[in-house]
Amino acid sequence: MLLIRCPYCEEERPELEFRHAGEAHVARSSEISDISDEAFEQFFFIRSNPKGIVFERWRHLNGCARFFNAARDTVSDRFLTTYKAGEPKPDVAGLLK
Amino acid sequence: MGEIAKTMLPASIPALRRAGPLDGRVAVSGALSLTVLPPASRLSLRAPAGSVADLSAALGLDLPQAPKTSASDGNGRFALWLGPDEWLVIDETSGDLVAACRAVPALHSAVDISHRNVGLLVSGQGAADAVNAGCPQDLSLESFPVGACSRTVLGKIEIVLHRLGEDAFRVECWRSFAGYAQAFLAEAIADASA
Repeated sequence: MLLIRCPYCEEERPELEFRHAGEAHVARSSEISDISDEAFEQFFFIRSNPKGIVFERWRHLNGCARFFNAARDTVSDRFLTTYKAGEPKPDVAGLLK
Repeated sequence: MGEIAKTMLPASIPALRRAGPLDGRVAVSGALSLTVLPPASRLSLRAPAGSVADLSAALGLDLPQAPKTSASDGNGRFALWLGPDEWLVIDETSGDLVAACRAVPALHSAVDISHRNVGLLVSGQGAADAVNAGCPQDLSLESFPVGACSRTVLGKIEIVLHRLGEDAFRVECWRSFAGYAQAFLAEAIADASA
């Protein structure tokens, strides 16, 4: 079982308490009705889905119930780091060393 | 018509009997036991940091601010940290928790959930092993000391776990899941006792 560090509970907890919640740092336009169909498609449907490091939203559903962000390697399934919602993307290059 | 109106008068309604979801279930007793706890008052409390001091004073205990910790007033009232701005307050003496919070003008949300939850007590040597049959958290005394609490999972359901003693855990689950929790823990206790 994976252990995932919840930045709000400040400790590693079993993966059964967590739910994946899609890609992180997808910014919704504040003028959503004004953007073009192409821009809306980009925002709403298109995800990066890379092989390697991804930034994802996770939710500690059966714990503190808070959403947070994580940097995860899709190849090794390893969590590089987790950080609170609203915080900027961490420097992943530094974490990989 | 006159008869019907008469029977609809509040005074003529017979006293309602409280039926617990686990009434009639056989408790598990032995060195390791499972008991259904008596009804209690419960409050789902949400509040920003600025309201905590006022709410603590109103409830008569210090709302815990650190993850996985709880507080007690020493008189059957507990406040369990569930999230950064969320607590489960339990009063075993069935005190009116909503009334206690009503006088607080500071921003908060206090919802009475007394009847939503059912409390189960797992106690006796090996209690942690029994709970661990369905709960994946580390329940060693180093990482889950006496007084620690957490929302977590038990098998397929969500529970709130509160360690009352080295070998005593309060398991709070939603009423509709009480049958599952009771059956799961009864089997876990049989395994842990074997």
